[in-house]
Amino acid sequence: MTNSIGEISRASLLLVVGSNTTENHTVISGKIIEAVRNGAELIIIDPRKIQLSQISSMHLRNKPGTDVALLCAMMKLIIDEKLHDENFIGERTEGFEELKASLGNCTSAWASEVSGIPVSEIEKAARLFAGAENASIIYCLGATEHVSGTDIVRTLANLSMLTGNVGKPSSGVNPLRGQNNVQGACDMGALPNSLPGYVNVSDDEGRKEFEDLWGIKIPESPGLTVPEMIEQALAGRMHFMFIMGENTVLSEPNSQKVIEALKNIEFLVVEDIMKTDTTDLADIAIPAACWAEKEGTFTSTERRVQHVGKAVEPPGDAKSDLEILVRLAGIAGAEGFDFKNSREVFSEITKVVPAYAGINYERIGTKGIQWPCSSPEHEGTVFLHEKKFTRGKGRFQPVKYRPPAEVPDNEFPYVLMTGRNAFQYHTGTMTRNSPSLEREAMYPYVEINPSDAQKESVKGGDMVTISTRRGQIRLRARVTDAVCEGQIFIPFHYREAPANILTSEELDPEVKIPELKVCAAKIKRGQSRGVRSCNNTFLNSF
Amino acid sequence: MIDEEMVDYRTVPTVCPYCGAGCGMLLEVCSGEVIGVLPMKGHPSSKGSLCAKGWSSPEFLKSSNRLAKAILREEGEEKEVSLESALGLVVENLNRVLEKYGPEAVGFISSARCTNEENYLLEKFARTFAKTNNIDHCARL
Repeated sequence: MTNSIGEISRASLLLVVGSNTTENHTVISGKIIEAVRNGAELIIIDPRKIQLSQISSMHLRNKPGTDVALLCAMMKLIIDEKLHDENFIGERTEGFEELKASLGNCTSAWASEVSGIPVSEIEKAARLFAGAENASIIYCLGATEHVSGTDIVRTLANLSMLTGNVGKPSSGVNPLRGQNNVQGACDMGALPNSLPGYVNVSDDEGRKEFEDLWGIKIPESPGLTVPEMIEQALAGRMHFMFIMGENTVLSEPNSQKVIEALKNIEFLVVEDIMKTDTTDLADIAIPAACWAEKEGTFTSTERRVQHVGKAVEPPGDAKSDLEILVRLAGIAGAEGFDFKNSREVFSEITKVVPAYAGINYERIGTKGIQWPCSSPEHEGTVFLHEKKFTRGKGRFQPVKYRPPAEVPDNEFPYVLMTGRNAFQYHTGTMTRNSPSLEREAMYPYVEINPSDAQKESVKGGDMVTISTRRGQIRLRARVTDAVCEGQIFIPFHYREAPANILTSEELDPEVKIPELKVCAAKIKRGQSRGVRSCNNTFLNSF
Repeated sequence: MIDEEMVDYRTVPTVCPYCGAGCGMLLEVCSGEVIGVLPMKGHPSSKGSLCAKGWSSPEFLKSSNRLAKAILREEGEEKEVSLESALGLVVENLNRVLEKYGPEAVGFISSARCTNEENYLLEKFARTFAKTNNIDHCARL
């Protein structure tokens, strides 16, 4: 997030794109509700009806994967009507003329055709956004899990700069991180193209600093992303894999392919807190301590570095991933892993990641510190880009609308979207083992619009088979107008009906995010032959 | 005030393990077990709020599905092994693959569920020991 969670309630306009905030980031949704109570306008761009729709000024239920078209048309109207912030653009940005030129054909009529949103609604949203004192954009994976995922983020940044909504309180571009420490894992360089602190591995000078600190040469070409590693494994070119705390079988798109790929790896190591469908495939499964059983830090979506306290001992032989890695490095004879505890590792982190330089466990306390925090005197940063952007001037990056990769046709006439619900989380490793959560959302289901249900002769509670070009699953129908006609939604938590059997592994060409929010599917009432129907047969059925 | 002599009870300040909002919470610990959660009223962003998942977060600690022993799978057979011998096998196989196929043939998947320190260590191990940039995590999901 460029800004902070606490600032949300004071925004005068909130644009929420592809985020089912109330179910997935409940506490943040509370801040949005507070803002609306304080008089803020709330505009939602989302194909699905969400709880926040009930209090929104506008809900644009566009066709999945068309956000870029909608936002480009909004920007064109803002420029045409001279509602943009000329001072901010002049002083703080560059590339405005290129942006303006790129929007030439992005008329509201065109965007209306593409997105299914009436021209008047697009224009009203644009005027509301441009007229707001403090407009804050909040987005989540509904915006980014598309082949145009990078483009949508650029478009949101363009819109925010165009209207001067960066570098001040209660505004900005604010992605909601789906997991407790995605922010930190990225900050720490658990990425194939970047070292800790977002230093590009191919940047000779930056890499040299790490080579000096670590006393060892680092390969200069970027490595493989998870989807690429899976491709390599499938091709028989990945012979050893170490997975720390991820249930890859259920979380990655096209599960059948993932299982085949993992089985194809000569030696697969999986570390986890639970037995999962992925530990079941491991040559060695290693028991790990969970968050309550170890010490360390997590960095939240608002860049707040926070302390995780150890409350109890882990079960059996389980150890923290930190202890496991230190012992592993010891056995391997790797140098530079002589750490006694998380505090010592953190101290090394502050030496290599400038944004963390001024942070230590004492300063973190129970309230945390928001990076960047450059020195022990620095108080941390509530919102980014106040006086200047990281690169100096903010650069408008024109984008061109691209439709989703797999669109409905006669054979697969529905758009399938996947996501989460309020009581389950990701692949259910934690929530499905928590009885009071499991009780609330025990069974897999597919949301179907009432008119589609009628067309397919499906009633609420009926078993249906959903299939795509990659596979099929069987689950219960939930008939609801939360999804539009022609669209269906399946949560991906359930191993007995794993949504990722169905999903497409088409990737955004730049950051390789899979298009989990759009693929073509069909609905068939009743059970079809050869489809599994009960628990615990997931892996055996391939 | 709770008399510490009478009750083996303490609270441990921490952060919710679920989404990225990073809500502050206190784990209630009694006789070496987590018995409950209290929201952290003074937390700068969550200000005493938690969602259903946060409130229920200690429940999975005691799940019978917890992995408590290292498991070795050989020719379809599973057996429990000591952590030390499991880690020995990991290193042995990593070295064998590195020697035979080179660093391109090894991959590491880190985790957005783990701490900063753990992510840093795995990334450092992949790059400095295995000499590969094949390190990623589930940021895209």
